[in-house]
Amino acid sequence: MADTTARRRLAFHILRYNPYDPAAAPRLQRYELEEADGMTLFIALNEIRDRQDPTLQFDFVCRAGICGSCAMVINGRPGLACRTLTRNLGPEITLAPLPFFELIGDLSVNTGKWMRRMSERLETWVHLREDGLDVRRIEAPMDPDLAEQIYLLDRCIECGCCVAACGTARMREDFVGAVGLNKIARFRLDPRDTRTDEDYYYLVGDDDGVFGCMSLLACHDVCPKDLPLQTQIAFVRRKMVKAGL
Amino acid sequence: MRIVYTDVLVIGGGLAGLRLAIGARRRGHEALILSLVPPKRSHSKAAQGGMQASLGNVFKGQGDNEDVHFEDTVRGSDWGADQDVVRMYVNTSPKAVREMAAWGVPWSRVRRGDRQVIINNQKVTITEPDAAHGLVGQRDFGGTKKWRTCFVSDGTGHSLLNTTTDRAIATGIPVLERAEALALIHDGRRCYGAVVRDLVTGALTAYVAKATAIATGGAGRVYGVTTNAVICEGIGHAIALETGVAALGNMEAVQFHPTGIFPAGILVTEGCRGDGGLLKDVDGHRFMPDYEPEKKELASRDVVSRRMEEHILKGKGVKSRFGEHLWLDITALGEHHIRHNLREVWEICHYFLGVDPVKEWIPVRPAQHYTMGGVRTLPSGESPHLTGLFSAGEAACWDLHGFNRLGGNSLGETLVAGMIVGESIADFCDRPENDVDVPAALVRESLAREQAKLDELLSGRGSEDAMVLRGAMQELMTAKVGIFRRGRDLEQAVDELQKLLVRSRSIGVRSRAAGANPELVAAYRTRMMLKLALATAYGALVRTESRGAHFREDYPRRDDAQWLKRTLATWKGEQDTLPTLAHEPLDVKRMELPPGWRGYGAKDYIDHPDTPARQAEVDAIRAKLASSGRWAVQEALLPYERLLPPALRGRNERIEERF
Repeated sequence: MADTTARRRLAFHILRYNPYDPAAAPRLQRYELEEADGMTLFIALNEIRDRQDPTLQFDFVCRAGICGSCAMVINGRPGLACRTLTRNLGPEITLAPLPFFELIGDLSVNTGKWMRRMSERLETWVHLREDGLDVRRIEAPMDPDLAEQIYLLDRCIECGCCVAACGTARMREDFVGAVGLNKIARFRLDPRDTRTDEDYYYLVGDDDGVFGCMSLLACHDVCPKDLPLQTQIAFVRRKMVKAGL
Repeated sequence: MRIVYTDVLVIGGGLAGLRLAIGARRRGHEALILSLVPPKRSHSKAAQGGMQASLGNVFKGQGDNEDVHFEDTVRGSDWGADQDVVRMYVNTSPKAVREMAAWGVPWSRVRRGDRQVIINNQKVTITEPDAAHGLVGQRDFGGTKKWRTCFVSDGTGHSLLNTTTDRAIATGIPVLERAEALALIHDGRRCYGAVVRDLVTGALTAYVAKATAIATGGAGRVYGVTTNAVICEGIGHAIALETGVAALGNMEAVQFHPTGIFPAGILVTEGCRGDGGLLKDVDGHRFMPDYEPEKKELASRDVVSRRMEEHILKGKGVKSRFGEHLWLDITALGEHHIRHNLREVWEICHYFLGVDPVKEWIPVRPAQHYTMGGVRTLPSGESPHLTGLFSAGEAACWDLHGFNRLGGNSLGETLVAGMIVGESIADFCDRPENDVDVPAALVRESLAREQAKLDELLSGRGSEDAMVLRGAMQELMTAKVGIFRRGRDLEQAVDELQKLLVRSRSIGVRSRAAGANPELVAAYRTRMMLKLALATAYGALVRTESRGAHFREDYPRRDDAQWLKRTLATWKGEQDTLPTLAHEPLDVKRMELPPGWRGYGAKDYIDHPDTPARQAEVDAIRAKLASSGRWAVQEALLPYERLLPPALRGRNERIEERF
C-alpha cells in the first residue's frame, strides 16, 4: 500500500446499450475518475454509478474473485473486474460486456441462463448408483490425491471468460465451451459418477462438443482461475476418439 | 395481474434455499427458487474454511462426538442458543457431510501416516491411522475442543454450492434468476407467497404458494466494512419484518470476523489461524497469548475480534493512511501448505494486496461478518407468528448460534437446516388444511401496493439521494453499533437512524430507464435496510449486558438474571420509526448445559436464579446414569429426537463407534 502523492486521472470508455429501450443505440460513454490506492475496477465502477451515473449497469457479487459474476472485456480481454487493479492498466480504460452471452444492459450479461442450459445438456452432476445411501454410515473413502485433482477442476467459477474468448463459440451457438468440457473432465475423474466414456461420447462427441474445439487456446489464456483447460480438452478429445471408434 | 402458482416458493438460491427445495421436491412437491443472481454466485460461495461435523476421522479429532460439538456450540453462543436446535444440528451435520460426499463434493481426505502440522507455533508430527485413510479430513477452528472442521482445500463453500446447485438442476427445480421478492403476500395470519420483481425487465408478478421460505442469507451490507458480498443486504429479513407480524430474533447479535483483509474487508479464512497462523502487532509481537493464555488465536471470534481492537486501542496497531490494522502471519505454514490448503487466501493476497503470504504478513482488522439475528422460527423452521412462512440459514434465527457463531457452523447450518426444514415444509404441504385458498383481492392489493411504492419513487418528486442515506447508515453502524458498544453511542445511532428513515420516505429516483434500473433498486432496498439497522441498534441499546458478540462497555458482564432472553422485533405500523421489541425468556430448567464460564473471555457473569438448581439436577442425572452410556444421559437431560424428521434420526457411525 504505497502512498502515492501524484494521482492519475483515469478515463473510462464504457459500452452503453439498453436492449429494453427501443430508441437506444450502442455507444461508448466516457467517464473520468481520480485514481485511489488499491483501486480495483469494482471500486471504480461503483464510484461512477454512485456519484456520476445511476443508470450504469454492471454485476458484482462477492467482489473477491470467487463468484465469477463480474467478468467483462477489459481493454479487449475477458477478465474479472473485481480483482483488476487500475494501477496495472493505462490511464485510458475500455470496458465492454462479454460477447456471446445475452445482453441485459451495458456491462451486464446473462451468463446464468447459458450455464444452466449447458448443465442440463451435459448433466453436470454425479450420476449415482441408486442403491440407497445411508448417511449414518461412514463415508466411502477416496484417495486424497484424487480428491485434490477433482477439486482442481471443480474450481471453475462459470464466469464465462473462456466462452467469450472462444473462436468456435463465435461460429457455433450450441458449443459447450471449455467450461462444459472441463466439467466432463471433472466428472470423468470422479469414481462416484457411474457414467462411462460411451455415455460422455453422446454428450460431447460432436462438433458442438470436443470435436468443435479448434485448439486456439484462448480459453486457457484468459481463465481467471488458471484451470488447465488446454490439457483437459486434449485429454477428453483423446478419450472421446477412442470411445467413438 | 400475473400470478404464478407453486407448492413451495423458496426466496434465495444459496445453500440453505437449494437444499430445502431439493428436500421438498423429493417429497413430491413443486418447488421454485427465486434468486437475485445465478445460484452459483450466492454468498455461500465465499465460505472458505469448512463445515463442522463430529466425524472423529482425524487423529486430533479422536474422541469427538455429538456431545462435544454440542458443548462447543452452546459455549460459543454464550448460552444464547436454543439447545434443542443445537442438538438437532450436531446430530445431523455428520449426515450432511456424508450426503455431500456421496453427491460429489471433493472433500479434502485424510492421508495415512506421519504429517507435520503447526500447533501453537510449534512444528508437531502427528500420525493418521490406517483406518482413517481416504475419509473426509478435518482441521482446527476457533472455539472447538477437537479438530472437527471438514473442508475442501479453502474452497469449501464453493464446492458445496457447485454440488448442491447441480443437484437442484438434476432434481428439476426451476430457478428464477435475477428476481427479487419485494413483499410477502399475507393476511396477518397466513403467508401466501410473495410479490416478485424481475430485475431485468422490472415487471412485477405474484407468486402464490402453500409454503414460502426465506433463505436469503445475511444483512452485512447494513455495515460499512463487511466481509459480505454486495447482495447481502438483508432484504429477506426486511420483507418478513414489514409484514408487521413475523418477528426478527436477536438482530443486535452481529459477528465480526477477526481477519478481514485491510482495508477492503475481504475475508481470509479462520483456517489460517486453525492451521497455525499468528496474530501480530506493530512490534511483531504475538499478543493473543497475553489475553487468552488457553485458546490464544483460537478463542471464539467475538473474543479474538475484541482483543484485537483492545490491542489497537493500546497503541499497538500498525498505522496506515486508511487507519490502523494488525498482522496475520502464516509464513510458518510454508509454501506448499499455503498454495494447496489456503489457495484462495494466496490469490486474494496476491490480487488485492500485492502481498505474498508465503513470505509477507497480511494486514487484517475485524470486519462485520455474520448476522446471528434473523426471521424467528420454531425448530421446524416455521415462523411462530405467520403460518406458512419458513426460514433457514443465515436469514433465520432458528437459533443455533445464539450471540456468537463458531467458525464452520454456518456452512453446517445451511445444509442441516435445509435438510430439516425441507422435510417440515413437505409435511406442511402434505396436510390438506394447508391447501392454498387465497382471496384474489389480497393478491391484487399486494401487487398494487408494491407497484404504487415503485411508481412513487420513480415519480421523481422526492429529493433525497438513496446512496447518501445508505452511506450515512453504514457509517453510523460501523462507528456506533460495532465491536464495542456504549449506551450513549447507541442512543445517538438510534436517533440518527430514525432521522435517516424519515428522510428515506422522500427518496427520489432520477432515472426512469426501462428494464433493469439500478438506482430504483438502491432506493427501495435502502429504505428496507434502514429498518434492519434500527432493529439492530435499538435491540443493542435495550440489551444492557454483554453476551457473545454483543459487548456493552457500560455493562461488561453477561447478565443471565435479566437477559437470558431472545429479543423479538416486529414493525407494527408503516409510519413507525422504531421496531416494537419484546423479550422471550430462555428456559434454564430445560437446558442440558446450564449457563457457566465459556472457557475463554470474561469469567465474570451474573447467574440466573434457576441455574444452580438446574446444574444440581444435571449433575445428579449424570451421576445416576454414569454407567448407562452417553446416549442414555443425553436422552434424560434433553430429549429432542422427536423434533427431527424421521429420515434424519439415528446415530452417526465413527471409526471408534461402529455399528
